[in-house]
Amino acid sequence: MTTATATAPKGLETGAPRRGVIGRIVDRVGSGTVQVVMVLLGLFWLVPTVGLWVVSMRTTQVNNAEGWWTIFTKPAELTIQNYANLLGSGFTTSFWNTVLITVPTTVLVIGIAAMAAYAFAWMDFPGRDLGFLIVVGLLIVPIQIALIPVASLYGGTGIFGSIPGVVLFHVAFGLPFAIFLLRNFFVGIPSSLLEAARMDGAPEWKIFVSVVFPLGKPAIASLGIFQFLWVWNDMLIALVFANTDNQPMTKYLQSQMRQFGSNVDILSSGAFLSLIIPLVLFFAFQRYFVQGMMAGSVK
Amino acid sequence: MTERLDGRQDPPADTAGGTSPGPADTPRTNRRLGPSPAVAIVFLLPAALLLGIWVVYPIVYSIFRSLFDSAGNGFVGLGNYISIFTDQGMLTTIRNNLIWVVVAPIVVTTLGLIFAVLTERIKWATAFKLIVFMPMAVSLMAAGVIFRLVYEEDPDKGLANAVLTTVHDTFSSSQGYPEARPREGDQSQVAAQDGAIVTKQPAQAGQPVLIPIVGVKPDVMPANAQPARPPAAGDGVSGTVWFDFTPGGGGQSGAVDGTEKGLPGMTVEAVQNGQVAATATTAEDGSFRFAGLPAGSYVVRLPQSNFEASYGGLTWLGPTLITPAIIGAFVWVWAGFAMVLIAAGLAAIPRDALEAARIDGASEWQVFRRITVPLLSPVLLVVFVTMIINTLKVFDLVFIIAPASVQPQANVVALEMWRVSFGGGNNQGLGSALAIFLLILVLPFMIMNIRRFRREDT
Repeated sequence: MTTATATAPKGLETGAPRRGVIGRIVDRVGSGTVQVVMVLLGLFWLVPTVGLWVVSMRTTQVNNAEGWWTIFTKPAELTIQNYANLLGSGFTTSFWNTVLITVPTTVLVIGIAAMAAYAFAWMDFPGRDLGFLIVVGLLIVPIQIALIPVASLYGGTGIFGSIPGVVLFHVAFGLPFAIFLLRNFFVGIPSSLLEAARMDGAPEWKIFVSVVFPLGKPAIASLGIFQFLWVWNDMLIALVFANTDNQPMTKYLQSQMRQFGSNVDILSSGAFLSLIIPLVLFFAFQRYFVQGMMAGSVK
Repeated sequence: MTERLDGRQDPPADTAGGTSPGPADTPRTNRRLGPSPAVAIVFLLPAALLLGIWVVYPIVYSIFRSLFDSAGNGFVGLGNYISIFTDQGMLTTIRNNLIWVVVAPIVVTTLGLIFAVLTERIKWATAFKLIVFMPMAVSLMAAGVIFRLVYEEDPDKGLANAVLTTVHDTFSSSQGYPEARPREGDQSQVAAQDGAIVTKQPAQAGQPVLIPIVGVKPDVMPANAQPARPPAAGDGVSGTVWFDFTPGGGGQSGAVDGTEKGLPGMTVEAVQNGQVAATATTAEDGSFRFAGLPAGSYVVRLPQSNFEASYGGLTWLGPTLITPAIIGAFVWVWAGFAMVLIAAGLAAIPRDALEAARIDGASEWQVFRRITVPLLSPVLLVVFVTMIINTLKVFDLVFIIAPASVQPQANVVALEMWRVSFGGGNNQGLGSALAIFLLILVLPFMIMNIRRFRREDT
């Protein structure tokens, strides 16, 4: 661990031995304070989510009567009734809509972006550098810019409100980041591998499928988890482009917000269910998540 | 745990493997066997089509659309842009965005830096990082619900106010008795005056001051209140504050009957010539005594603070605090991002530089201020800029956390854009102008990205 920085400044001990003992006492006291501060901060970040869970496990009447922290004195109040009530309600449909939007988007973004990234990394064509600079520029375009134009475009074709309409919008706005991330990774593939394949006369699609794609797995995993979470958690695109039959969880729950007090049972349990899958993915693949975040933020 | 959250990350620039100049050059110089441009076009076509139709065309369309009225027929020139900067509601919106852009990135970056430095000093750094980073995986919608619960105004339901009132009550001893008033009448020694209760005559040493109170609601009666007793004889001014009401009836008004409860925690002041000469607090039986008060003529007063309602916390979701409250939720979501990036930068700082400075006698603070922070500045800039872009686009949190009635006071440009074009406003001309306005706001960062990329990639 990196505690070496804090607790064992070797230079300090050899350079100024008399400060060693005092320094250590200061360290000990200071480290105690740091521990306490960090525990408090950790609680500060953890407790709100715990609160959501406890609220989701109690009836509306109980929630309206007292704070969730009273659960520690009366754990018998815990019930899964709110979750049971969600089954078969509009929430279940919206859960499947979220899956139906998220999975195809993630697959399409990976496939389409990997092809483009391979071209940008390892093919020669006029305008390549300019094309990639445009991709870099598009990285931070706000999606608000496309809501009105795409809505009127969809209105003419009849996919307004449908799941494919939502998916295509997500794919398009996922591409700049995806191409950027994958191209930067593919560029690092040893050229000898590709040239050997090309020398053997292998067609480009074959090199792409059997050399570049397998070698790019770490970056593709990062991209996949990132893209999945991004689409799973989206609300704005769903608000505009998904109708009530095709709405994902975020839009469904948003529609219940108006009566927050009386709907707190649906909202808390629904919100908790909606964040369970992202949390599981996050803990399982946090390494790829962080990699993707780092590669993407150094834009 | 994997190595990614435990502080041994590579410096960010190496993660993608592509930003270092070496490999990036290779394809350009060593190209002999590459396929024809036609093949490249096939590989690029799907992405180009999607980006063209869904991203690039809309930018052009929006520019034109923003020059027309809500129906899309009448040309209004820059009229929509003018109304952005003249409409009263819009000005509130822009002011809110300014607050966001100034406050949120600074708070997130500073917290990220503090967390990154402090995690180097604890053994459970990985657990800490996981906890703080976790909100990144949660949808802003769910985060909004979480914070709606935290910010509930009733201290019995909302965590924020529960903590505030607990802290407040711990440090402030005065017990609130709202709506309590003196039993007045000719025999009574006291009368109400400007919200406070004062004795009509100066108190005499050795003669107890009896202050009968009525109108104490059962729910504010402290559990530790004991039956009232007149104070034991002794020198100085002393007395009793009690609830002059015998449950079940009976008892004599204005007299301590033995069953009536004292009112503990009352602040009592001895006043001479308008100056407070001494302060005391009533005991569980309602008695008080000014110890060591010089002889003289004093009026005994129960100041107004005794009769104010007890502290109920802050109205987080009201018009005044709504933006700071939502920024708090934003910080909760993004601090982990800042922490992880900065921790990676921290891990890449050469240890020799820090140790050399320590040998030269620099204090830990000087090392941090003069060496760590300057060496971290590229990472800090990346975090800061990313946060500025995120605050400009903030939508979900405001939409979910702000109750409908205070949304005008919490409004931001991204939310207003949705509201005027889809959420009931149905003015796509103004909506397009707002979208272009957002695009112009992020434009400098777009150019910055392109510049930096060209510098790093050639």
